Amino acid sequence: MTDKPRGIDPRMAGFNEKVANDQRIEPKDWMPDAFRKTVLRQMSQHAHSEVIGMQPEGTWITRAPSLHRKVVLLAKVQDEGGHGLYLYSAAETLGTSREEMENALHEGRAKYASIFNYPALSWADAVAIGWLVDGAAIVNQVSLQRTSYGPYSRAMIRICKEESFHQRQGYEATMVLARGSKEQRAMAQDALNRWWWPSLMMFGPHDSESAHSGQSMEWKLKRESNDVLRQRFIDQTVPQAEFIGLTIPDPDLKWNEECGHYDFGEIDWDEFKQVISGNGPCNKQRLAHHIRAAEDGRWVRDAMHAHAQKQNKREVA
Amino acid sequence: MNKQALPLFEVFIRSKRGLDHRHVGSLHAEDPEQALDYARDVYLRRSEGVSIWVVRSANITASQESDVGSFYDPMDDKPYRHATHYKLPKEVDNM
Amino acid sequence: MKEYTTEIRNMVVAYCIALGDDSLTLGHRLSEWSSNAPFLEEDLALTNVALDLIGRARMFYTYAGELEGGGRSEDDIAYLRDCREYRNFLINELPIGDFAQTMARQLIVDVYDMGFFTELTRSTDSTLAAIASKAVKESRYHLRRSKDWVIRLGDGTDESHQRMQTAINTLWDYVPELFAMPADEQLLLDAGIAVDRSALKYVWQSTIDEILHRATLEIPTGNHSIEGGREGIHTEHLGFLLTELQYLQRAYPGLQW
Repeated sequence: MTDKPRGIDPRMAGFNEKVANDQRIEPKDWMPDAFRKTVLRQMSQHAHSEVIGMQPEGTWITRAPSLHRKVVLLAKVQDEGGHGLYLYSAAETLGTSREEMENALHEGRAKYASIFNYPALSWADAVAIGWLVDGAAIVNQVSLQRTSYGPYSRAMIRICKEESFHQRQGYEATMVLARGSKEQRAMAQDALNRWWWPSLMMFGPHDSESAHSGQSMEWKLKRESNDVLRQRFIDQTVPQAEFIGLTIPDPDLKWNEECGHYDFGEIDWDEFKQVISGNGPCNKQRLAHHIRAAEDGRWVRDAMHAHAQKQNKREVA
Repeated sequence: MNKQALPLFEVFIRSKRGLDHRHVGSLHAEDPEQALDYARDVYLRRSEGVSIWVVRSANITASQESDVGSFYDPMDDKPYRHATHYKLPKEVDNM
Repeated sequence: MKEYTTEIRNMVVAYCIALGDDSLTLGHRLSEWSSNAPFLEEDLALTNVALDLIGRARMFYTYAGELEGGGRSEDDIAYLRDCREYRNFLINELPIGDFAQTMARQLIVDVYDMGFFTELTRSTDSTLAAIASKAVKESRYHLRRSKDWVIRLGDGTDESHQRMQTAINTLWDYVPELFAMPADEQLLLDAGIAVDRSALKYVWQSTIDEILHRATLEIPTGNHSIEGGREGIHTEHLGFLLTELQYLQRAYPGLQW
């Protein structure tokens, strides 16, 4: 699909009108190439984040400290996989297969949320991820329920409905640690210390620095800016930490009466850039894990296909 | 990567008896039977349904945006097909 | 809850714990597939089976704790016993291996579970019968999947056929244990509580034969058998499984999580 070079394309006018009227863009609709590319990039990145995000918490499934925690964590990690699947499914409406998206991930052409490149070192990490990382993700996803691409919006609605339990279980389990023994409390505080800043980074660069933000906002793909969403997350999370007696690791954090928000310290953007460009502690490990699973599964997928072909031949014969 | 990607299936769920099946998303499977099993595992993890349809995405024929003018607009000028078109006295208006 | 003599009650407790151990060890193994499956749909499906099995273990342990009357929770039973006190069939604790081995084991266990739990629904112990009714429904779906996979892989490519045949051959030694009845269980059987496992063999064998035949696989003929799970004599693998499973409870004893 190409844009016509001269004048205002009437199809473009139709597209703009739909966006202006808060109508959803649907798969069969005409859309500018740049829009198609952006929404595909955003959805595939989101899908990869869900799937790679299974790994850090996933390492704790076999070590969960009770049978209840074990089934909750297993179901939660399974949900992440399901959410990845919903998002791949939404992205596939644009004619790009999941396989192509996975190849792009394996070849380093597609990104995923940089937070999953940090290690989950303790049980407290496994549950702090639910509290903080899912907490941050939900703030973003609630906003994205109104995104202008129809399949993306519907996937977000489905995901938000399922995800409300993720953050709650994470917080509840963190609370048990914070109110537990000295070691457990230390474990919870240590997890908060290491996951707090990466959680804030999840919202991306400042609005003034964000490469894609402006256009995405115009297209209503993105409904609220990085900084607005980040502030919302901080405002809702600080009281949650205080309530269970944990300290947010930011000496500059304080309530600003005047504007009704928390002021907070500057994010280490060098670290952010390092991790995003592949130099975080677990980038290579996460990608290698995903590639290994795909490689290990190849003979299975080949066998399925071979079996189906044999079946077809038998039916014809 | 592998020789042949798994085919895509669209999934429709009846959330409870008495309601229509509704499109919920898609998944990959080798054949319809497997697609049905995976639909159960992927889309019904929280008892969201009582019946599932799956259909190969390739088998769906969809209208095009370019058809909008001829497909839908002509229906817009037939208000007489809607109940609200007929004004009745209050006494009999719950018809 | 039924009134049992101390002797019978202790035997029912042991019976429940053994059944819980079967479900927990296999559920734990299946959970290792999370984020490792051949493709995303299968990842979710395997996890659903794992969740069913761990849920089943919890019901058996909880009932064992209640019957015992000593205040042991499901977690006390799962997390505070060592290898020699575990009573699961050996087949359940074996490593997941490749996808063929995982599915071959599922087939063997799912066919067995269908027979076993169908019988257990008739137990005079109403709690066991109720757990069994739920288990039958779950296992019917598990079997639908494992049967499908064994046929697909057996009758797939040369490689998948070979892998599936190897898996079946490897696991075959662990099958006889499923049908061997120890003396205690015989007593529970006489009391109408337990299932006669030796009587399940015939239907199990004919179901498996039919599926392996459709999968173009050879039915192993060897009759070597490796047993001991119900007496607490395990493979070396269980120690590592429990090391992971119990790590936090052992490192930080007596805490709530």
